[in-house]
Amino acid sequence: MAIEVRIPTILRNYTDGAKAVEGGGATLDELFADLEARHPGLRDRLVDDKGLRRFVNVYLNDEDVRFLGGLDTQVSDGDTVTVLPAVAGG
Amino acid sequence: MRFDSLLDSLGHTPLVGLPRLSPSADVRLWAKLEDRNPTGSVKDRPALWMIDKAEKEGRLTPGCTILEPTSGNTGISLAMVARLRGYKMICVMPENTSAERTQLLKMWGAQIIPSPAAGGSNEAVRVAKGLAAEHPDWVMLYQYGNEANARSHYETTGPELLEDLPSITHFVAGLGTTGTLMGVGRFLRERVPDVAIVAAEPRYGELVYGLRNIDEGFVPELYDESVLTTRYSVTSEAALRRTRELLGAEGIFAGISTGCALHAALGMADKAVKAGNRADIAFVVADAGWKYLSTGAYDGTVDEAEKRLEGQLWA
Repeated sequence: MAIEVRIPTILRNYTDGAKAVEGGGATLDELFADLEARHPGLRDRLVDDKGLRRFVNVYLNDEDVRFLGGLDTQVSDGDTVTVLPAVAGG
Repeated sequence: MRFDSLLDSLGHTPLVGLPRLSPSADVRLWAKLEDRNPTGSVKDRPALWMIDKAEKEGRLTPGCTILEPTSGNTGISLAMVARLRGYKMICVMPENTSAERTQLLKMWGAQIIPSPAAGGSNEAVRVAKGLAAEHPDWVMLYQYGNEANARSHYETTGPELLEDLPSITHFVAGLGTTGTLMGVGRFLRERVPDVAIVAAEPRYGELVYGLRNIDEGFVPELYDESVLTTRYSVTSEAALRRTRELLGAEGIFAGISTGCALHAALGMADKAVKAGNRADIAFVVADAGWKYLSTGAYDGTVDEAEKRLEGQLWA
């Protein structure tokens, strides 16, 4: 099990301050469930009953998972998943 | 080319090929040089369209004060138009933007209200909304939700691109207000079957994401996910490296957000080559590099530049 998940500052209270954690699973949904087992409360900050939370962006190897398959996006060992809050530009 | 005034010269920017960075004769990259606008950025288009619209609607009358949250370019464009049209201009700008932006804004007569660095443009939006509520006589054009922002690109940038590059297969631009991608994206989707609309989103240092709560995040009201084909997050390191490659290989001196767009464009080019498809990939050079010289983006190694840029808003 070696998918690296990068955690934004604002959610590191769920990871004992760790910038990145590792997890496993065949899909993003499974990966988040796996993380939840070791970092209780984290999944609820990322996902609600409609899917990914509105102000949470998740990238699989830098590509936004909303354009890949959302929570059903396939993940595999060696992938990097990055979680970031949505911010403004311009 | 002759124009009656500076504002009349807006738009109709060059589209230039990148013969050295394009991977093959079948997979070509094209740069839309939006730095060739009156104040040197793509934001001149939405600024003029938002002010024109507010004037038509009677929201803006001579002597009015315009208020806008901006990380720089939109404020500079609005300040220029405001000066010519006789409006006062107040910008709410995050304090972690380059010194050149502040100087340029003041030069065109704008007043700057700084917003805290932590939280980046989200904070500028929040502060500006608060000020707008306290000063109902100020006119906030609000680039993040103003339909005229995307409209300016639907009516001008999009048609220019299609006229110059009828064989276009991909359009790539930086994602900020989302106005460029929404406007050009909709225009091209209506006319070019299977065109790919690709967003390149800057990934900043941690300070910029320093929200107190994840629910304080921000998605511009203009954003419509269905217009995009996909969206990439581009690190400061990749954006800086590509900005330098663009200068080194093609001679184009662009701002850092252009490197961000180029990085995604090159990713698309790579995919097209591997799939054996032809591609004409146009991307936006949002501004030139002048406003970022003080950040050290072009000085020393990419690693050094990246460290200097940590915590700065570069798009």
